[in-house]
Amino acid sequence: MVKGIEKYGIPVVHMATVVPISLTIGANRIIPGVGIPYPLGDPTQGEADSKKIRMRMVKRALKALQTPVDGQTVFEKDDF
Amino acid sequence: MAKYKIVHYLNQFFAGIGGEEMADYQPEVREGVVGPGAALKAALGDDYDIVATVICGDNYFGENLDKATDTIIEMVKKYEPDVFVAGPAFNAGRYGVACGTICKAVEDRLGIPVLTAAYEENPGTDMFKKDVIIVKAGNSSADMKNVIPVMAKLIKKMATGEEILGPAIEGYHERGIRVNYFAEKRGSERGLEMLIKKMKGEPFETDLPMPKFDRVEPAAPIKDIKHATIAVVTSGGIVPQGNPDHIESSNATKFGEYSIAGMDHMDPKDFMTVHGGYDRQFVLANPNLVVPLDVLRELEKAGEFGKLYDSFFTTTGTGTATGSAAKFGDAIGKKLVEDHVDGVILVST
Repeated sequence: MVKGIEKYGIPVVHMATVVPISLTIGANRIIPGVGIPYPLGDPTQGEADSKKIRMRMVKRALKALQTPVDGQTVFEKDDF
Repeated sequence: MAKYKIVHYLNQFFAGIGGEEMADYQPEVREGVVGPGAALKAALGDDYDIVATVICGDNYFGENLDKATDTIIEMVKKYEPDVFVAGPAFNAGRYGVACGTICKAVEDRLGIPVLTAAYEENPGTDMFKKDVIIVKAGNSSADMKNVIPVMAKLIKKMATGEEILGPAIEGYHERGIRVNYFAEKRGSERGLEMLIKKMKGEPFETDLPMPKFDRVEPAAPIKDIKHATIAVVTSGGIVPQGNPDHIESSNATKFGEYSIAGMDHMDPKDFMTVHGGYDRQFVLANPNLVVPLDVLRELEKAGEFGKLYDSFFTTTGTGTATGSAAKFGDAIGKKLVEDHVDGVILVST
């Protein structure tokens, strides 16, 4: 799906927990998810903290969409 | 007298008629062997007879696909062969496509077993390997002596009705067909043996080769985020309660598009997940873990980006064929481009 969309020239940030799969299928902008059953957040830390994690990750996603990449890039940290 | 009859197909070049200048040669049938047919007959032995050879120029075939096919089918039919053989085509593209086309037609229309051979990068191989058995051949006719015995063995199996084994054993291009069988060793043993070989740097053969994935050039980044429209897509199986479009929990054949207009978060009263590949308890309690609508709305209000697209797109990623996923992506991409979406957040579980 990532490639199907990106081939129209729209940048796609793939937020996925299993990064090797994302790399294999060919996503260009990748943000590692927290866990398979909860990619954006961590409910085991309580709702408030879980949402904070999600906010940080989505901000990172918006930043990744504004970042030029040469090839497949995994955005591991908030600072890049 | 020979027990089994073979009809062989060749192009103008291998029939010895000529090269490119004779590529317009119209279909012709000759009794007996021509060109590489002699070696094939020798490899097959006395029980097999190549009763006729059909010859056609590659350009003529390519430019008159339907007419040439019809003509050749009539020629083949007359001889009532037990097996129809074309090529080998090696890396000759038009020849490979002709061999594949005519083999498929003979099998479909006459119900006769067919066989051809070609190099893996011959376009005919990709086009027809799922339809017909294509023996692996080198990229030039220098490989003839190696290919002929492999073809002969398969022709004999086809003629006598003997079981044809997997592509690696018989030497043909993989067709993507799975056949159940009883392995001598169970999966855990096979897996460990592979792992040990891999650690030693020795070659090993996987039970399930991964499909090859193509690549897409990274799209240019968003320049003006303050006016950008962002859309959310997910393979996490998030659907409205009740799953109105019956999106499958595994091996999805469709995707859905659902409105999030006017909502400030994904309410578990409204949305659920049908994904059959992960523990759903967390996402059922809070679907924002997959479709982060709550934080996206806050960021939208704060002016961190222009606008959130009014709906999200969703399917189930588990067990879903990459071919299906590619189709979903294409359909979603087409719509998003029409609606001037500038960036996509795609969440996978």
